[in-house]
Amino acid sequence: MTDQTTRARPLSPHIQIYRWTLTMMLSILHRATGVALYAGTVLLAWWLLAAATGPEAYAQVKTVSSAWYGRLVLFGYSWALFHHMFGGLRHFIWDTGRGFDLKHVEIIARLTSLLPLILTAGVWVAAYAYLGAF
Amino acid sequence: MSDMRTPLSRVRGLGSAKKGTEHFFMQRVTALANIPLTLFLVGALVVHAGSDYATMTAFLGNPFIGLIMLLLIVSAVYHMRLGLQVVIEDYIHGEASKLLALIANQFFAFTICVACILAVLKLVIG
Repeated sequence: MTDQTTRARPLSPHIQIYRWTLTMMLSILHRATGVALYAGTVLLAWWLLAAATGPEAYAQVKTVSSAWYGRLVLFGYSWALFHHMFGGLRHFIWDTGRGFDLKHVEIIARLTSLLPLILTAGVWVAAYAYLGAF
Repeated sequence: MSDMRTPLSRVRGLGSAKKGTEHFFMQRVTALANIPLTLFLVGALVVHAGSDYATMTAFLGNPFIGLIMLLLIVSAVYHMRLGLQVVIEDYIHGEASKLLALIANQFFAFTICVACILAVLKLVIG
């Protein structure tokens, strides 16, 4: 009985065998941004707890979030949110049974890689230009 | 007609967990909820990237903002807990390490959730 479950089964080739495609990259990025956002909730908790704790704790958050590396993290954070959101929207389209033909897969893949970049850039340009995020 | 189940399945004697599509369904429900909530968070992050303490606490202390933050926390944490569960099940194959990782996922998600809720409640209620 055990040999039935432990016998070596034929395996399909892994990703390095195939030509690199945009849809593959998006699939991996969707998972990667998801895991990154998971870790990023530590920052969200830190931000909220610091604001709830008091001015000194909040000053530490402000020091980090105003520094160039903090801004880089926030920029990446917002991009990860947008990218994961558009990846999710792509899955919603697929959930309805639409958009599986190669032409639409390619169109949707391009949109879901470009729009998050444009939105992230737009949001931060607006933040620096109009809202004084400096 | 003979039993279609594998011998291993018969020995374990486990039937359906009766959970069916719950994981998939809740993953999509929280995904849907996360769209407006996440847009709100990005807006809040950008507007308040440079805010001082008084402005920030006044903002987060508003009950309506607090409500949105609480919904965001619960929905986002639920969603990420389901998501990481799948990642763990895909990549960690040892039974013991997989179980430990799944438990760690639960602990992390609940800790983040409760910590954020505690902070928001303190900011709103005082």
